[in-house]
Amino acid sequence: MALQSLDIKRRSATTTPSPRVRATLEIAKLIDLSKCIGCKACQVACMEWNDLRDVVGTNKGVYDNPADLSARSWTVMRYAEVEPAPGRLEWLIRKDGCMHCSDPGCLKSCPAPGAIIQYNNGIVDFHQEACVGCGYCIIGCPFNIPRLSATDNKAYKCTLCSDRVAVGREPACAKACPTGAILFGSKEDLLEHSGGRIADLKERGYRNAGLYNPSGVGGTHVMYVLHHADRPELYSGLPRDPGISPLVVLWKEIAKTVMGIGLGAAIVGGIVHFLTQGPNEINEEEEETL
Amino acid sequence: MSRHPMILRHSSGERLNHWLVAILFILTALSGLGFFHPVFYWLTGLFGGGTWARILHPFFGAILALCFLVLVARVWKDNRITSADWQWFKHLGEFLRNRPADIPAIGKYNLGQKLLTRVLLLCMLLLLASGILLWQPWFAPGFSIDMRRIAAVVHAFTAFVILISFIVHVYAAYWTRGAIRSMTRGWVTAAWARHHSALWYEKMTKTAHKEPSKT
Repeated sequence: MALQSLDIKRRSATTTPSPRVRATLEIAKLIDLSKCIGCKACQVACMEWNDLRDVVGTNKGVYDNPADLSARSWTVMRYAEVEPAPGRLEWLIRKDGCMHCSDPGCLKSCPAPGAIIQYNNGIVDFHQEACVGCGYCIIGCPFNIPRLSATDNKAYKCTLCSDRVAVGREPACAKACPTGAILFGSKEDLLEHSGGRIADLKERGYRNAGLYNPSGVGGTHVMYVLHHADRPELYSGLPRDPGISPLVVLWKEIAKTVMGIGLGAAIVGGIVHFLTQGPNEINEEEEETL
Repeated sequence: MSRHPMILRHSSGERLNHWLVAILFILTALSGLGFFHPVFYWLTGLFGGGTWARILHPFFGAILALCFLVLVARVWKDNRITSADWQWFKHLGEFLRNRPADIPAIGKYNLGQKLLTRVLLLCMLLLLASGILLWQPWFAPGFSIDMRRIAAVVHAFTAFVILISFIVHVYAAYWTRGAIRSMTRGWVTAAWARHHSALWYEKMTKTAHKEPSKT
């Protein structure tokens, strides 16, 4: 069920308007990767607030732990050792998780009414009680975020702490971050704030510093400040120009239209043919000849 | 029973196989349509809700594909396209307007039916292959997201083609009087056989003269 105090912008597999009488403030999370020290307090806070305990994994020889997102790990820190320029080693750490797209590929793909909700404030939330476990959200997501649980076959991901936000609190990760790298507020304010941060980074030699708020998905409600905004892929494969795959559009929009017209035409064609031409039958005289 | 002489068109084995395929097709289609468009989502209620439809649909589909392949193998010998079929095809307009006077003689099935067999076969194989790529939780996680996106598109479009083919098939059977009985009881009248499948009628009556009836 939707949270009563959060109005709904879009609801998966629903063709009628959703409840939206209030004018909700558009919110966002701004993750300033130039301030992140990779302490994983956000990961811990996420587990703590959402009461999730992933299975203990194995050491892969890197700091990434757990190694990937899962139905019980909705955010993970990804550590990349890169050389953006020859002889210049940098350790780029990114908090990975749902980006809360304005145009969510998961929601477009989802066939179950109400299993994915986009609130007016920008949060994209999964409602597992309506989820049928088809995994289409995984196919639709341009960031490879949703994960199906092996326990219950439902899809899970970061909720942007919709339950906390609904009662006026910041997400758990933002509250726990010791360096202030994760900011929470209105999207408008954070866009303005990011301008100052980027100017500061540029002054300190990061000429290509910039904001990651990709327009291909209509902007996101989790944004990054990147030192190398010209090369987002340096940050453990952050997509350069994410968007809903043309295949998903073909599948979810064009196929539906073609099918509607085609099936309608086949049925109407049959009825018209029968009414104008009559049945293909053999008359009694022909039957009598044998 | 009709008082006219009768010929067996579909054996009991073929009839059972056909209706098994038909029932599985309807179950597969009804359980799958809800995932194609929200307009059909209520159909998942027939199977106990969305999650049950999601669980059952691939099993219905896999068994359907298997039964369909057996059926195709059974009827393939009468489905080879011959030059007579292309002669018949030139008179398709007259055929559709119920003017049988000049339509050339053909075998057991007409070109429409033979093409339908091929379209259904192609769709069934594509649906089976793409369906395996999408089958949660068993097979889908083994394939890349890009592969699954392609599979989703292929599955949706081939499902559309097979549904259109199904509508055409059902209508053609209804339109052609005596066709449904040939698949429920197995029999057609001799005049029906001569009218619709003259070459098959000749073959059947010749063998009937040579050998004792197998019915």
